[in-house]
Amino acid sequence: MLLSIEDLLKSYPGPEGPVPVLRGVTLSLDAGETLALTGESGSGKSTLLHLVAGLDAADGGRVGLDGQEVTALDDSGRARLRRSTVGIIFQQFNLIPSLDVAANIAFQARLIGTPEPQELSRLAHALGLEPQLRKYPEQLSGGQQQRVAIARALAARPKLILADEPTGNLDEATADGVMEQFLALVAETGAALLMVTHSPRLAARLGRRAHLSQGRLA
Amino acid sequence: MTGAVLEALASHWRRNRLQLLTLVLGLALATALWSGVQAINAEARASYDAAAATLAEGRFHQLMPREGDSMPQALFVALRRAGWLVSPVVEGRLRVGGTAVRLVGVDPLTAPPSSAASEALARTDLNRFLRAETLVAGPEMAALLEANMPNPVLVDQAVAPGSVLADIGVVQKLLGRAGRISRLIVLPEQPLRQQPLADIAPDLVLQRADGATDVGRLTDSFHLNLTAFGFLSFAVGIFIVHGAIGLAFEQRRGVIRTLRALGVPLRRLVVLMIAELVVLATLAGALGIALGYLIAALLLPDVAATIRGLYGADVAGTLQIRPAWWLSGIAMALGGALLAAASALWRLARMPVVAGAGGRAWALGSGRTRTLQAAAAVVLLAAAGVLAVTGGGLAAGFALLACLLLGAALALPPCLAAILRLGEAQAVRAMAQWFWADTRQQLPGLGLALMALLLAMAANVGVSTMVSSFRLTFVGFLDQRLSAELYVDADAVADRAALERFLEAHADAVLPIMSVEATLAGLPAEIFGVRVGYTYRENWRFLDAIPAVWDEIEAGRAVVINEQLSRRAALHVGHTLALGPGLSLPVAGVVGDYGNPIGQAIVGEALFRQTFPAIEPSRYGVRTGNPQGLRRALTEAFDVPPARIIDQAAIKAFSLSVFERTFSVTDALNVLTLAVAAFAILMSLLTLAAMRLPQMAPVWAMGTTQRRLAGLEILRTVLLAAITAVLALPLGLALAWVLLAIVNVEAFGWRLPMYLFPVEYIRLMLFALAAALLAALWPAWRLSRMEPTGLLRIFANER
Repeated sequence: MLLSIEDLLKSYPGPEGPVPVLRGVTLSLDAGETLALTGESGSGKSTLLHLVAGLDAADGGRVGLDGQEVTALDDSGRARLRRSTVGIIFQQFNLIPSLDVAANIAFQARLIGTPEPQELSRLAHALGLEPQLRKYPEQLSGGQQQRVAIARALAARPKLILADEPTGNLDEATADGVMEQFLALVAETGAALLMVTHSPRLAARLGRRAHLSQGRLA
Repeated sequence: MTGAVLEALASHWRRNRLQLLTLVLGLALATALWSGVQAINAEARASYDAAAATLAEGRFHQLMPREGDSMPQALFVALRRAGWLVSPVVEGRLRVGGTAVRLVGVDPLTAPPSSAASEALARTDLNRFLRAETLVAGPEMAALLEANMPNPVLVDQAVAPGSVLADIGVVQKLLGRAGRISRLIVLPEQPLRQQPLADIAPDLVLQRADGATDVGRLTDSFHLNLTAFGFLSFAVGIFIVHGAIGLAFEQRRGVIRTLRALGVPLRRLVVLMIAELVVLATLAGALGIALGYLIAALLLPDVAATIRGLYGADVAGTLQIRPAWWLSGIAMALGGALLAAASALWRLARMPVVAGAGGRAWALGSGRTRTLQAAAAVVLLAAAGVLAVTGGGLAAGFALLACLLLGAALALPPCLAAILRLGEAQAVRAMAQWFWADTRQQLPGLGLALMALLLAMAANVGVSTMVSSFRLTFVGFLDQRLSAELYVDADAVADRAALERFLEAHADAVLPIMSVEATLAGLPAEIFGVRVGYTYRENWRFLDAIPAVWDEIEAGRAVVINEQLSRRAALHVGHTLALGPGLSLPVAGVVGDYGNPIGQAIVGEALFRQTFPAIEPSRYGVRTGNPQGLRRALTEAFDVPPARIIDQAAIKAFSLSVFERTFSVTDALNVLTLAVAAFAILMSLLTLAAMRLPQMAPVWAMGTTQRRLAGLEILRTVLLAAITAVLALPLGLALAWVLLAIVNVEAFGWRLPMYLFPVEYIRLMLFALAAALLAALWPAWRLSRMEPTGLLRIFANER
């Protein structure tokens, strides 16, 4: 099992005391498996993703990823896990605006070693980014920026890809195109995918679906 | 990983070159002004040290004449015979090719060991030194001597700038002081049995090594003032750097979050950002040191002239690259950059990874920061108030200045916000309301640049008030002191008595000027003898005096002292001053004596002649209704060269030229500081221009032309600069008061009255507004010429 989440708890401080967001979530994911996580706004989808990535600390429960206890790791341990095991795709793309497309794609792979130029070229070709390699993020459309973010996440060859509404900022036609390419590439790499989405249509394209409601899996 | 992160961090600067330029130039300018001043100080101090090292002054006891400035050489022989191991020195100044040269005559056989002189002599052919009338000097002085003197010249780096070393006999000959020596150095090893000094030479006094007059100490206050201005300029520069770093960190928040989300550990990120800053600061520091060298090289000749005029100390006119100042420049650049970045780094270290990257106001804009700033301003201004009332000493004076300036700078944004809120409340039309509100919203971004402008303006108002007050007082003082129409050099005529008789017969009044150097109340001073008459009675204005002060002086029953002596020795009217053995007189008056570094005591002519019978008048002041006629008559009767008769106007012009030179350095630093502030505004506006688009695009979309928006941008900057300039006026006047009433009194020993110069302030204000206008023009021009797509992108959420 690649990812195992057990009885995960998380709350945020509110004006009238802590507001629970996750109330004991248990979930698992095998290598190469794809899972769509759906749920209404505020149901805790993004929080769950952040806790799996080690971007935030849980209040209780455990997250095991690739044989490591994420919830027991310190900040630098969690950072190491993100670099080497996880690829994250954000709704807001979160590219580095001062680096060009080629440097952005290679970036995470460079953090863990020397990226393979052939792999980078293959990803750029597959995602239709070759003409854009010398451009900067601000010169790209939203769809192009999300393709760069996907290429960056895949170039590091992670075992788990976490995608938070990856097409939430794109129109339907562009979103479909991007998703098509994304899922094909994920299948090629054999990585597992945990994707948060609002769209039942997109969720239906993944191997498994789970629905979060008020901090619990329905 | 490190390489990839560094590349990501550095790429920000590649894409934001203007911001990089702001950071590097801001830091370079700050370092330049600081290191320029430090270079001047280091050069001057090295010159003093070299001068003192010539005869290892300060390390050996010395025998000095009780009166006058020389003693018979026979005393040296008598002391040696009586078992005293002493070495004679003759010192004096000689004009060589228009330059005043310090001649130091030593006896090579008895000169003290481990002094620059003995080291230079060890490298010199003694036979040649003694027989060929050789002069030994540093390279600069050697060239001057070779061009103007017949004597052979040897170059030795150990000889201080402005000084020339020679055998005692050679110097006596050059100075026309045959058989006279200036002082005797007491060597450290002395025989156990010696005849007491009082038996052999009762007219000599032993000056202990630690009691020797140190020119370095005399000039300390001058250098302290320069350092204070250098520091102020540095502080203004650091405001720019703080702004640039704050903006850079703010713009990189998203990138930093992304880096952390991609697995870069926080500690590594902080270390790499500090390393990036250190590299940039080192580069900027090096650039600043190069600029500082240029500034110092331009200012050093004026500083050297000032120090020579004020203190008689020689400073080399050329600049050397000394580790002390360039290391301090690099240290200041690094320290300043890290200080400016400290808060940004702290926020970075505490920033959560998952918080939203956008929608955050400028770092300083947070309400908490504003509250902290206002609280710090109140604390600092209160501390300044306490120091003004209770503080004493130069350190307290500078601490007061620091509290006042920093407190006022921190208080500026809340004050501006309050004024702008008032404007907003008065606005009726929608556009006016937006203008005031939007101006207030810009404050966090422009605040630091405006603080820099406030400090620069206040420094200008303060220093110009001080200098102009000083000038006004000094001119009045010259009119008071230089009341005689002509001054005749007494040495110009061999028959002094005949000259005096001639002057008595042809002038309305003759005022012999005679003085002797002395130590009064343990301080270096001069005693003057004056012929009391209507000139003194009508012209001299006392700071404090008994009613019949001149009657008392004329009768030899009292003494008048200058303000310096009064303050340093805590002597006031009614106190008694010991002028010499068996002569103590009550102080009858205290008189202002601006520009004189040492104490002065004035007694009546009769008492002076009786106490110091060997001292002749050095000059005669002459009161006459026909100065040109008397000048002609003197020339005809005694064949006096015209240069030996100086008229009042010439002396005043000379004195004023020394005065102007004294403040030329501060004037230059003032202008540079203001220029740095204008640069700060320009850079802030340029870097803010892109960030301002989201605020302006909706107004543009709703039907305001780009041209009008650009015009409003200019108006906004000029308005903020104008309010800042108005607020800088009271701050500058407070600064002037501290300088005149506290710092000057401690540093120079006199207190000056404070005058106001409204025209000067208006001129300064117009200059500041012009600087702000110039700074606003370029960003406004860019806005007016911007393609509409630039503004449309704001609505496309694709920035």
